[in-house]
Amino acid sequence: MIQVDNLTKRYGTFLAVDRISFRLRKGEILGFLGPNGAGKTTTMRITTGYLSATDGLIKVAGHDVFTEPLKVKEKIGYLPENPPLYREMRVRDYLVFCALIRGLTRYRTRRKRLEYVIERCALGDVQNRHIHKLSKGYRQRVGLAQALIHNPPILILDEPSAGLDPHQIIEVRQLIRQLAGEHSILLSTHILPEASLTCDRVLIINKGRILAEDSTERLTGKLKRNERVSLLFHGGPSDLDKRLTGLPGIIKVSEAKVEPKGKETPRRLDIEYEVGKDRRGDLARTVVESGASLLELRPQAMTLEEIFIRITTQTEA
Amino acid sequence: MRNILSIFWREYKSYFVSPVAYVVIGVFVFLVANRFMYKFADPTEGFIQVTFQSISDALSRQETMPKFSINDFVIRYIFQQIRSISLFLLPMITMRLFAEERKSGTLELLLTSPVTITQLVLGKFLAGFALFFTMILPTGLFYFFLFKYGNPDLGPILTSYLGTVLYGAAVISVGLLISSLTENQIIAGALTFGAFLFLWIIGRISESTYTVWGKVASYVSVTTHFDNFAMGIVDSRDVLFYLSFAFLGLFLTYQAIASLRWR
Repeated sequence: MIQVDNLTKRYGTFLAVDRISFRLRKGEILGFLGPNGAGKTTTMRITTGYLSATDGLIKVAGHDVFTEPLKVKEKIGYLPENPPLYREMRVRDYLVFCALIRGLTRYRTRRKRLEYVIERCALGDVQNRHIHKLSKGYRQRVGLAQALIHNPPILILDEPSAGLDPHQIIEVRQLIRQLAGEHSILLSTHILPEASLTCDRVLIINKGRILAEDSTERLTGKLKRNERVSLLFHGGPSDLDKRLTGLPGIIKVSEAKVEPKGKETPRRLDIEYEVGKDRRGDLARTVVESGASLLELRPQAMTLEEIFIRITTQTEA
Repeated sequence: MRNILSIFWREYKSYFVSPVAYVVIGVFVFLVANRFMYKFADPTEGFIQVTFQSISDALSRQETMPKFSINDFVIRYIFQQIRSISLFLLPMITMRLFAEERKSGTLELLLTSPVTITQLVLGKFLAGFALFFTMILPTGLFYFFLFKYGNPDLGPILTSYLGTVLYGAAVISVGLLISSLTENQIIAGALTFGAFLFLWIIGRISESTYTVWGKVASYVSVTTHFDNFAMGIVDSRDVLFYLSFAFLGLFLTYQAIASLRWR
């Protein structure tokens, strides 16, 4: 649905976007993942026709953004990082205005879509309130509502859960997942769990370049170097960590700080071992046979955080 | 076309949500009313006094009764005041038209919707113009009273209103242009006020100098082209002047907004 080839954007001498190419397929949720200043917002603004590219080709639903901007804008629902709201308007009036300028001329269609987005974005309680009186969470939802109101096939969401509290973040993510399939969604975020939970595919961007592109599981798999587990136990010999290091395949054992709790403070060891054989059984047995009480043995998956930092530092090195 | 009306109506309504519309219209009508009362009823200089004075003078000197044109005395003066006072107040109306959209980020909403820049500019212009028209409307009351108690000439009044409306269109288009150049309403307001003052100065130059500059100034001045309307004459050259002026303002505004894509 979106086709971007060699997109480049220069602000004077500063290269904000450097030959980015990607595709957004029908029905999928594609995530732009990158630190602030990576070029995510710029790319989105160019895709919606708000900015012009210095070079490159962008086609949305078959229309070139540069030559047919109006057609593109009909097909896109865009939520910028700061929702573009008219503070003095009431929620309903604002949404009606948005509907009108998106081409919903017939009253009945407009009315139906209005009721639909109000329900879908849970704006029922505040629909007659002035926007300047709304909390951040509600404002974000109004922003989402205006992106949805004309039922566009493509949604472009810039940091959709920015500034929301954990409850609202979950709701927004659920909503986005529900919308996929019917809509094709491009979203940007610097919150890593969001990318892994919501998106089908992830593009990691930094300094205007795409560093990695893949589905989330495969990305995690490719970059994992070692398996990691964390052990929590009571008692046992004080050189238990050295004994564990001696086990085959174990690369590193490090002691983690534990909050002192009452009579016997447990110890926590973080263990790294080579990918391949599952060493958890050996670890557990060694701990128990040494006389310690094993309290917890859990895997530490390589989080997207670590992948992200690893990738972005790799390129800089 | 629909888009133009949507944008216009939204903007026009929002004038009335904040105190802007009420204060501007209120101040304007108050000032014009004040000028009207002065010119008409002031005990030393007002029309009533002056008429009585010269009639009694003529009687005592046994001269012929002087003829009085209430038009020249009061009506022309009032229309002049309307133009002068709106020169001060119109920046208040136009300064927010684009500056506020840029500042609050809502321009991003408009420019990513299927709305052409032309529709956007026209919609905004119409909103400012409609507010100006709303502001002028109450002045009709003064002339209504003149008609009730006297016998003024309807012709010049109507053509003067036409001239005022065209004058407003030209001047508002300048305000709109300046508003589209900045995010800061205060800067837009100050620059617009300066621009209007400059236009007024050009008008003064055309009145006072008899050199070639005076002639040049009179061709481009917003004020000189009004004179015919005040006399009851609708000259196509004047109409075209104001329309072209307004068109130029709107065209440049279009360019300013279009250039934002290439930041």
